[in-house]
Amino acid sequence: MAQADGRPQPGAGQPHVFKLVLLGSGSVGKSSLALRYVKNDFKSILPTVGCAFFTKVVELGATSLKFEIWDTAGQEKYHSVCHLYFRGANAALLVYDITSKDSFHKAQQWLKDLEREFLPGEVVVMLVGNKTDLSEEREVTFEEGKEFAESQSLLFMETSARLNHQVTEAFSAIARELLQRAERKEDQTRRGGARLALNQGPMGRAKCCAR
Amino acid sequence: MEAGGDPAAPAPGDAEDLEDTRLPSEEAGDGGGVQEDPTDSEDRSLEETGSKTKDQPPSLLSPLPQSESPSCTRELWDPAASENNAMDDSESGSGGQGGDPSDEDWRSKRKHVFVLSEAGKPIYSRYGSVEALSTTMGVMTALVSFVQSAGDTIRAIYAEDHKLVFLQQGPLLLVAVSRTPQSAAQLREELLAVHAQIVSTLTRASVARIFARKQNYDLRRLLAGSERTLDRLLDSVERDPGALLLGAVRCVPLTRPLREALGTLLRRCTAPGLALSVLAVGGQLVTAAQERNVLAECRLDPADLQLLLNWVSAPAFAAGEAWAPVCLPRFNPDGFFYAYVARLDAMPVCLLLLGTDPEAFHDMATCRRLVEDGMHTLGAMRNLGEAASFSNAPSATAPSYSVQAVGAPGLRHFLYKPLDIPDHHRQLPQFTSPELEAPYSREEERQRLSDLYHRLHARLHSSSRPLRLIYHVAEKETLLAWVTSKFELYTCLSPLVTKAGAILVVTKLLRWVKKEEDRLFIRYPPKYSTPPAASSASTDQASHNGLFTGS
Repeated sequence: MAQADGRPQPGAGQPHVFKLVLLGSGSVGKSSLALRYVKNDFKSILPTVGCAFFTKVVELGATSLKFEIWDTAGQEKYHSVCHLYFRGANAALLVYDITSKDSFHKAQQWLKDLEREFLPGEVVVMLVGNKTDLSEEREVTFEEGKEFAESQSLLFMETSARLNHQVTEAFSAIARELLQRAERKEDQTRRGGARLALNQGPMGRAKCCAR
Repeated sequence: MEAGGDPAAPAPGDAEDLEDTRLPSEEAGDGGGVQEDPTDSEDRSLEETGSKTKDQPPSLLSPLPQSESPSCTRELWDPAASENNAMDDSESGSGGQGGDPSDEDWRSKRKHVFVLSEAGKPIYSRYGSVEALSTTMGVMTALVSFVQSAGDTIRAIYAEDHKLVFLQQGPLLLVAVSRTPQSAAQLREELLAVHAQIVSTLTRASVARIFARKQNYDLRRLLAGSERTLDRLLDSVERDPGALLLGAVRCVPLTRPLREALGTLLRRCTAPGLALSVLAVGGQLVTAAQERNVLAECRLDPADLQLLLNWVSAPAFAAGEAWAPVCLPRFNPDGFFYAYVARLDAMPVCLLLLGTDPEAFHDMATCRRLVEDGMHTLGAMRNLGEAASFSNAPSATAPSYSVQAVGAPGLRHFLYKPLDIPDHHRQLPQFTSPELEAPYSREEERQRLSDLYHRLHARLHSSSRPLRLIYHVAEKETLLAWVTSKFELYTCLSPLVTKAGAILVVTKLLRWVKKEEDRLFIRYPPKYSTPPAASSASTDQASHNGLFTGS
């Protein structure tokens, strides 16, 4: 497993490394968000093949952290490869397209998936409604998104990768949350807490289709 | 994804289907695609059983009225015919619009390619929406099963100016309906390439398993996102013939020392489970290195390499480092490799690392950095950049050269495939051709040239009466095609050239190719991580390998 790379490695001048996965159904703009955030670029891209990997160092006040971003394919056929990479994740962006109700429901499914894989509170999850530039075709209201996010205690934001609206903000919010959690965790560890081995999700489930 | 198990899920009907999508991990369990497939021969034999079908009495094919005139003699030279329809086809917009068989625009397409399941469920259509085509596809299924019920296999129907070619591959049926001058054999090759493309994303085994479990499964769910790759593949036949027609890959012209240095570099940069490293620019090969232990016994098929080259040149790979399962259908249609794909240094240079370990991403990423550093040391990035800008076309994304470089006035374009390559390089059939310049810059002109090349190719390789040399005066150009034991050559010349002039041009061209051979072709494909005294199975290559590893 790639977990070793995914865990935060605090101390000694090294920035924290956090692994972030972008999840959501096809063509909601996961790659566009990643591309906008990492390269400040926008182009209509074809469906992602498998997973794409990006890194970005973020300066947040005095501290800096490094994001390892896994942009996953929305297409079903690649879900299993991507699966490998969401195990060690510290944060997840659940992306939906505000002009597609279906993609909003799919994002909720992804959340269930995540919950099965992680302990509650182990991953920072943000629900992202993308494509605010197409708000005249909107099918999911801001309130709907927000309400759902709050009911599941997720971070929430609406973005537009095309117009570069709230993209950096979304990632920064995650970064802040991650740092806070990391600090809390360090405190705990200092106080003798030992919850580092708990990151293994339930394992049996992975075999369900090997009939 | 497992979300389907939830009864509140918006699409509960999908629950069962979703499980089918965990393909790669299942495949990974059995070695990630390096085993020879014992059932490999099945499809072959299936094809052969059909070989008699052409001779079927027309009455057997009666469900389709046109088939009563199975006119196999339709291979007449008629360049004008192809021009009439050229205009409409430059539009490559697929999917979405139209698709209704009564739609004039849809009907006017020169060539349709359909993929459907045995149950008649539409999977892919080059033009139009597949939903609107259920009835049409139903007719195709009926035709196939009708002939099948007589214990035979339908291969092709010749109807006036149309050719209908059928290809059954496991639970998939592929059909081409074409008005292009392509021969049935060429269309079959195209369908095989389409099938290979589908297998490369799903594997043959999972396709078979899916349909075994659920006959009316809608495979479009799993192919979502791959239609564009299929569209690109089919378009390439008309826009830039060569790869598929000649069954060969195109190399980036490069000096031999640099190419060999790059080959050595690839050979040196290894990672656990790495089976194949490929450097490519714009779908053309710079160099490739194979892991001997994995690929020595069953060599990499050029069709597989071509598939990989097409695949990595997709715009989807333009950003970040990608990690995706891919199956090499000729190598093992039932297993997945895992591919690391990245553009190096923001250049169009693309590195593909193919391994067997689904979790080796970080190893591959490390390997990539080694390759990148090595290329910087060699100054290869600059050189490759120069190679890419050697062309006349300002916006060339792929390195190419102008036909002017040959210095043979009257020569407009050519395809050259060497056949005299040393035996141990058979595994890498290559061809070279200059970029298409005026008058072949417009879509319809390219299509016309492609048609002409296809006609010549069909005649040279006709199963009944193969030819070695054709001199053909067409309306707007003169062509000369020539196959010898040393090469296969198609030249397109100015229409004013005389026969003697043409021979002069071709002589000049051959001399030029000979001179530039080392630059145009990979003469010594590298292998890596090979113990100097390799296993007995591949000693023939080991000796050469040791000699030619370059700088």
